[in-house]
Amino acid sequence: MLGPNGAGKTTTLKVITTLLRQDEGTVLVNGFNTLTQGRKVRQQFSITGQTAAIDEELSARENLLIFGRLNGLTGAEAQTRANELLLDFDLSNSADQALATFSGGMRRRLDLAISLIGRPSILFLDEPTTGLDPRTRKQMWQAIQKLVSRGTTVLLTTQYLEEADSLADRIALIDHGRMITVGTPSELKQQIGGMQMRVEITNRQKLSQAEAIIKDVLSLPVSIDDRVLTTLLDNIKLQQVPQVLAQLQKMRISYTNLTIGTPSLDDVFMKLTVGKN
Amino acid sequence: MNLVKNQNNIVHDILTMTHRNLLKTWHNPDNVSDVIIQPIIFTLLFGYLFGGAIAGSVQAYLPMLSSGILVQSVLNAASGSGQQLRDDINSGIFDRFKTLPISPIVPLAGQLVGDIFRLFLSGIASLTTAFLMGWRPAVGFSSILEALLLAVFIGWAISWIFALVGLLAKNAELIGSLSMIIILVLSFLSNAFIPTKTLPSSIQLFVKINPVSSTVTAIRAILRTGIWNGEAIMVLVSGGIIVLIFLPLTIFVYQRRD
Repeated sequence: MLGPNGAGKTTTLKVITTLLRQDEGTVLVNGFNTLTQGRKVRQQFSITGQTAAIDEELSARENLLIFGRLNGLTGAEAQTRANELLLDFDLSNSADQALATFSGGMRRRLDLAISLIGRPSILFLDEPTTGLDPRTRKQMWQAIQKLVSRGTTVLLTTQYLEEADSLADRIALIDHGRMITVGTPSELKQQIGGMQMRVEITNRQKLSQAEAIIKDVLSLPVSIDDRVLTTLLDNIKLQQVPQVLAQLQKMRISYTNLTIGTPSLDDVFMKLTVGKN
Repeated sequence: MNLVKNQNNIVHDILTMTHRNLLKTWHNPDNVSDVIIQPIIFTLLFGYLFGGAIAGSVQAYLPMLSSGILVQSVLNAASGSGQQLRDDINSGIFDRFKTLPISPIVPLAGQLVGDIFRLFLSGIASLTTAFLMGWRPAVGFSSILEALLLAVFIGWAISWIFALVGLLAKNAELIGSLSMIIILVLSFLSNAFIPTKTLPSSIQLFVKINPVSSTVTAIRAILRTGIWNGEAIMVLVSGGIIVLIFLPLTIFVYQRRD
């Protein structure tokens, strides 16, 4: 579930995980209704929230044991499972230390380990890598990929296009509480159109002239921000960029910056929400 | 690989949650101090500081002090309930508990069952200290146990009130310091530590209506004679009434929160 801050990602998760009741509509989790079969629904999943919800006064092992017991494991099962997870998440050496000595990355890993103690068939992750350094983020990604390869269904929310791209089989784009589109990463990229051209015109007085040229040659909409003209391009239009540049040169319109690249998440939203708001 | 989680019974879940709660108390120096160290220090301090001045000697003061300090200790332990609940809610761990396949009442129950253990620990710490200082009650062990049970019951009833405050107020530290002030005023403006005859008449009036005074009087009687007099029964009934009012009210507010 990909979307900017305030898009409604966490709210959606809260509804699915029975923390919030929706005003209308039905949510089924593995066939169980969140409104009428709450406890059955809660047996299907675990959730790891945006901030690590762990007991600060307890050690990593004690945290795992308590949540193991509450998930219905026996004492012995909980012990075994806790040891497995401590090993899996590289926490064995600090298993019995106070959590005060834990780094942010260790907390997130423990948080994820706690979610897995009952072997849930579905795992919800709410922005699992927000605020993590690049190395710890990679570690989290690997942990998530390992889970998926073992058969756990993972639904994660993120603001990062890159993260969705590398982790998700299917991406749902949401904004203002609505799903804009859903599909595989490649389907989504095709829909987005792939590339974006940004031209920064030197002389402000030539701005409208430049805009007219781009519209003329590419027959695409152009957005203007200060002296920057931005156009989203598909593969065919990308080939016509040299014509645009030739026209600009012919009309003696100079530019101080020119980039062609993949659009940012903001641009993706701009494009996909055009005419819908 | 994917196992469907087993269904627990609620008693098992509450005991697990109580275990968690007590582990938290045990690992947190602040809580250990409130529950065990503070009763010991207060007993030592009051006994040796005021014993001579109030009763002529430490030995003569101990029968009076032991009941007062017992009540103050359990009230103090009870007052932690609200802050601990609020801490758990603010830390987000209660939201995580809410997504577990357990009854929604389990986290609250874990706190209040854990409170019973904390109250016992506090009461035992204060009575044991008094005993080590030379207090030798005239009654048998069973009467001492009865007095302890009554104190714990009253403390537990009060902890439902503090739990409710913890659910309603948002700031954990504020709850902590407010609880402390209330406990200080109620326990000192009572007959817990001093004979009340020399107090100004307006304060005497407050001392008389202060429920801590009647509790102390009742427990004092049990520890002196082993007999449950009318006042002791009154205190027991009042505790029962507090539980009858605040248990459902606290559960109601707990289930409606956010």
